[in-house]
Amino acid sequence: MIDNKVIMAEDQDKILEEVTGGEYKYGFTTDIETEVIPKGLNEDVVRLISQKKNEPEWMLEFRLKAFSHWLKMEQPNWAKLNIPKIDFQDIIYYAAPKQKPKLDSMDDVDPELKATFDKLGIPLEEQKVLSGVAVDAVMDSVSVKTTFKETLAEKGIIFCSFSEAVQEYPDLIKKYMGSVVPYTDNFFAALNNAVFSDGSFVYIPKGVRCPIELSTYFRINATNTGQFERTLIVADDDSYVSYLEGCTAPQRDENQLHAAIVEIVTMDRAEVKYSTVQNWYPGDKEGKGGIYNFVTKRALCKGDYSKVMWTQVETGSAITWKYPSCVLMGNHSVGEFYSVAVTNNYQQADTGTKMIHIGKNTRSLIVSKGVSAGKSQNSYRGLVRVNKKAENARNFSQCDSLLMGDKCGAHTFPYLEINNNSAVVEHEATTSKIGEDQIFYCNTRGLSTEDAIGLIVNGYVKEVINQLPMEFAVEAQKLLQISLEGSVG
Amino acid sequence: MLEIKNLHAKIDDKEILRGINLTIKPGEVHAIMGPNGSGKSTLSSVLAGSEVFEVSEGSATFYGKDLLEMPAEDRAREGLFYSFQYPVEIPGVSMVNFMRTAVNEHRKYNNEKPYSASEFLKLMREKKKLVEIDSNLTNRSVNEGFSGGEKKKNEIFQMAMLQPKISILDETDSGLDIDALRIVANGVNKLKSEDNATVVITHYQRLLDYIVPDYVHVLYKGRIVMSAGKELALELEEKGYDWIKKQFED
Ligand SMILES: Nc1ncnc2c1ncn2[C@@H]1O[C@H](COP(=O)(O)OP(=O)(O)OP(=O)(O)O)[C@@H](O)[C@H]1O
Ligand SMILES: [Mg+2]
Repeated sequence: MIDNKVIMAEDQDKILEEVTGGEYKYGFTTDIETEVIPKGLNEDVVRLISQKKNEPEWMLEFRLKAFSHWLKMEQPNWAKLNIPKIDFQDIIYYAAPKQKPKLDSMDDVDPELKATFDKLGIPLEEQKVLSGVAVDAVMDSVSVKTTFKETLAEKGIIFCSFSEAVQEYPDLIKKYMGSVVPYTDNFFAALNNAVFSDGSFVYIPKGVRCPIELSTYFRINATNTGQFERTLIVADDDSYVSYLEGCTAPQRDENQLHAAIVEIVTMDRAEVKYSTVQNWYPGDKEGKGGIYNFVTKRALCKGDYSKVMWTQVETGSAITWKYPSCVLMGNHSVGEFYSVAVTNNYQQADTGTKMIHIGKNTRSLIVSKGVSAGKSQNSYRGLVRVNKKAENARNFSQCDSLLMGDKCGAHTFPYLEINNNSAVVEHEATTSKIGEDQIFYCNTRGLSTEDAIGLIVNGYVKEVINQLPMEFAVEAQKLLQISLEGSVG
Repeated sequence: MLEIKNLHAKIDDKEILRGINLTIKPGEVHAIMGPNGSGKSTLSSVLAGSEVFEVSEGSATFYGKDLLEMPAEDRAREGLFYSFQYPVEIPGVSMVNFMRTAVNEHRKYNNEKPYSASEFLKLMREKKKLVEIDSNLTNRSVNEGFSGGEKKKNEIFQMAMLQPKISILDETDSGLDIDALRIVANGVNKLKSEDNATVVITHYQRLLDYIVPDYVHVLYKGRIVMSAGKELALELEEKGYDWIKKQFED
């Protein structure tokens, strides 16, 4: 026990050393030839994207249906966010790094691209890949490379880019795509359905525990482009997978749009752990630039005793609008949501979850930790709904806010819709401030103010960070420290 | 080692320290006594680097360096330790993690290599034994939910870990039971050497039976109004402060 804590301290030292400097370190751009289509959005653009990807007719029809629906929708404004008007005609909807002509092996990735992902700490060569993590790297609109594919194939696990899945596994895609998040779900989901570029597809067959962590790394590189990827994870009976998602983008003055969809389906007794460390470029200190992150993530716990666990560490983006949710359909199914959302400077985050209890004896747990600094706004928005027939539903929600300074805001919006008397729903919320006296106490022990804040914040979010796989946990702690740099004094 | 000259400090235009003069040499033990509200804690936290108070006049040097110019963390790294009258709780931060960061920050400042996990644990075990602190306390969050006495013991444990050159112990005896008082005092004595100095702030002679001072000072209304040997503490215990207050009523 003690040893464990000491190891954490050691990591923290490393983290501190690495972050001296403290600027957004993923802000570089890769100089690579990119194929882009002209700005703007209309039916022809949707057709063009589909054509670029060589898609079958059914996929194109799906896109067009979503597009015509989107045209009838309005951008939502119910979140506690101040979203500048987005000009959807000023965005490029498809950008792909042009790969150099392939020479030796089909798998050869452009060295420039390899270098980019190396710089981000994501090596694409299998022998160099972090032990036990298979990676799907997505740059701008296309998947660059999926590692460890053969190893996984031996177990019958499918892990490939979404485009590839459309070609190779059309039946699975047709069956599950849109089964959790219909294209009519919301404005950004509809848009994604029309123009999505790439993403990852995972299928874990019956009874298989995926032996390694699966991971997708999203990178926006090209200017003026939006990123619209989608992820679909299907876990069949008695299977298990842990899935990680990371994201970064170059530092640019203009805002860029990221509107993704993640769908998860779990069958009987299946379990999916989905972890995100979101570090899109947050904009500069004056609030210029940064990513608009409008994401729809939802899991359908279809089977009895199935379980989905969302863990997210949100430090980036200028605006975050995101509610990873669980539809607890199977009896005894379980949904968990662990979240840390950090906002600094002019960042805005409106994030939380929805737990929809449908089956009997379903349980959900929500642990949300917001950290606000600078002039940022940080909101938790969560819905717990217990349907009429959901006997014995249980929910516990813990929503904590930590404030640094007095120019930021923290808000909690819990919504309860309880339609069954047997439900037990508990909600706890706290708001605290990092006290000057706490910082001074640390100072008198030889800790700088930045170190003190790092320790306190990491202590505060420990419950959530502990849910992350080891490598990610360390990464997340680093990020927290960086994101809060310069937030005091 | 520590030289304080004509130190004035105020908060919201209220002057609390009104010209403190004090010189402390290595190996010495100084006791500071004085009625409630006279400025003992203020003096300590000003020396430790609190920014709550504004130093309006005077100087303080530590081994020749201008103490008042240094940020609080550097004063600590230079070897000044402040044991709080009211130690602060830091929920979520484990004592182990906290101390390890603190010790390694000290080492970094002195161009020493940081301790490895096992070296650190060894040091911690040693020091825990020295100050007889309960093992459980170091597994918990910093001061969180500690009893009054446990907090004070924890301050002395931290002092042992950081091995300061000068320690200012602000009413470390208050809240301690009789056994704990002896244990804490023993700890302080064990840490004493010819190279370091101790300043004990206390209201009671009792502590000074264990930690025997070379000098006793009386602080009153922001000034040191009387300094003498250890017998002064006995006299104060007997007579209280009235006779001094009378002399300095202005
Ligand atoms: N933050 C503050 N704001 C306003 N006044 C303060 C503050 N801190 C201290 N004071 C005032 O300064 C004076 C000295 O306080 P200080 O705590 O230094 O006294 P002390 O000698 O340590 O007393 P005690 O023996 O009760 O611990 C008191 O009148 C106190 O009210
Ligand atoms: Mg005091």
